[in-house]
Amino acid sequence: MSGVLVAVEQRDGTLTRLSLEALAAGQRLATQLAMDCSAVVLGQGISQVLGELSGMDLAKVFAVEHPLLQPYTADGYVHALEQVVKHAVPGYVVFPHSYLVRDFAPVLATRFSQVLIPDVIAILAGPGGPIFVRQLFQGKLNADYRQVGDGPCFVSVQAGSFRAEALEAGTPPVEAIAVNLVPEQIRTTPSAPFREVAQTVDLTTAPVIVSVGRGIREQENIPLAQELADALGAELAASRPICDAGWLPMERQVGSSGQTVSPKLYLAVGISGAIQHLVGMKGSKTVIAINKDENAPIFEVADYGVAGDLFEVVPALTKAILAAKG
Amino acid sequence: MKIVVAVKQVPERDAQLAVRADGRWIDEGDLNYAINEPDAYALEEALQLKEALQQVGQPDAEVIALCAGPERVASTLRDALAKGADRAIHIRADDLAERDTLALVALLAETIRVESPDLILTGLQSDDLGLGQTGVVLAELLEIPHATLILRVKVLHDEANPAALPKRVEVKRELEDGWFQHVELPLPALLTIQSGGNRLRYATLMGIKRAKAKETRTVEATPATATPSVALERVYLPEKQKRTEMLKGTPAEIAAQIVEKLRFEVRVL
Repeated sequence: MSGVLVAVEQRDGTLTRLSLEALAAGQRLATQLAMDCSAVVLGQGISQVLGELSGMDLAKVFAVEHPLLQPYTADGYVHALEQVVKHAVPGYVVFPHSYLVRDFAPVLATRFSQVLIPDVIAILAGPGGPIFVRQLFQGKLNADYRQVGDGPCFVSVQAGSFRAEALEAGTPPVEAIAVNLVPEQIRTTPSAPFREVAQTVDLTTAPVIVSVGRGIREQENIPLAQELADALGAELAASRPICDAGWLPMERQVGSSGQTVSPKLYLAVGISGAIQHLVGMKGSKTVIAINKDENAPIFEVADYGVAGDLFEVVPALTKAILAAKG
Repeated sequence: MKIVVAVKQVPERDAQLAVRADGRWIDEGDLNYAINEPDAYALEEALQLKEALQQVGQPDAEVIALCAGPERVASTLRDALAKGADRAIHIRADDLAERDTLALVALLAETIRVESPDLILTGLQSDDLGLGQTGVVLAELLEIPHATLILRVKVLHDEANPAALPKRVEVKRELEDGWFQHVELPLPALLTIQSGGNRLRYATLMGIKRAKAKETRTVEATPATATPSVALERVYLPEKQKRTEMLKGTPAEIAAQIVEKLRFEVRVL
């Protein structure tokens, strides 16, 4: 049992950004351990992705094509990857931490009596093997995890944690693996993905965004943030809990399940900065955060921070901005 | 139809966390605990399903709240009963930290098998560990199909006989970037619930009163024996990724400093 195997994902014939990051993580882990790094891609009609992978520094690319792997089902992926892992016997299996992977990878690990180490943000070299760093309590704390079992080690890596640009080039051979998969093994029936009514608020082009989070406490307080947004000529956005509660429409949500924005200014009001939110806004040029908890993770990505009561600071700021604008 | 909702008790969201002296977990001394938020949505979904089932002539639809943990988790189960769960099961265990996901889920599976529910709901992940895999692994150990990140559950009734025990559900699943998908599953099945698919209810006074008469069964957990396959070795404060300039002063002073930054550095004023 040796080597690193990266399971990649494609969308419309191209590797996802997160898959490239997972490949970079896999290559790095392999270098750390002086092991080979290989990749596996599953699906139906994967030739284009194989072309993309054939330019990377990998020991091998495993190609698994089967009509029952399209559309995705957890059952199909688990059965197929179980056979791939038994065939390739890797020491480590690396996944992108995508919604798809969250759906099946824990089952795959269970098949090998292992536990997936999900959402890893860094891999460090430790004396007894690699240390996998994860976030706890929505990013308030970090934790070091280590594999102590003897089976393959399954990990998934968080978006934005490894640099896809660090990928090394090469010319790996492709090995097709025929997997046994029958329709009776697929217990769920997925239908085609769809979008809700067209989004009417496009936050991605807004130069200035005022974003409001749980710290606003009540729906009645939303106008406080709206007034600040109006004073700045900004779009009003929110973190997921605000939209979940129906205080602002879903189309104003920033984060992994909402829109990804990179404005000139992102002013976060009462947002603690759970990772699901940070991935949607950490590309902003300048981040100003107002939050009562000085240890809130939002301050890790903020250029300017105010550890204080938003109910005092926000009205004062609105007033000062209006005065400055004359 | 029998619905089990597996919930977890976690430190309250605003809790000030401090790393324990041995650096392996947080100091639990003064913390207040609450239901894990995604699990609250799972409970709400279960209660709404039960009410819908009762309306189509299935009066024996039942919601069972299940929680593993030390004595303190009884309060979370009481809240679930007050909100409308019919009964509760407390798997009493003081050594959860010594169990990895597989060992913990084995414990849940053991208890759930006895109930043989038609549907199991749980939150998609916990606010403390955030591993997001308890539900999925539970489905695997119970050998039933699952679906994750579910916003809405629709029971598919036999149209000729809506009072018959349903055999399938259709769920609305959240995908990335604003995409969704419907998935059909045969029962029994396990679903992990995403927050925001429904509106959480509060316990009523009547509900709190009624909860006192409801049954909570306590099951003593079998001691952890299996060697874990992963270990949490160290907990610590993360290093800052950016240099943050903290602005201090009275609200008016802070506002003046921000205006200056907006004008001369960010240049949006």
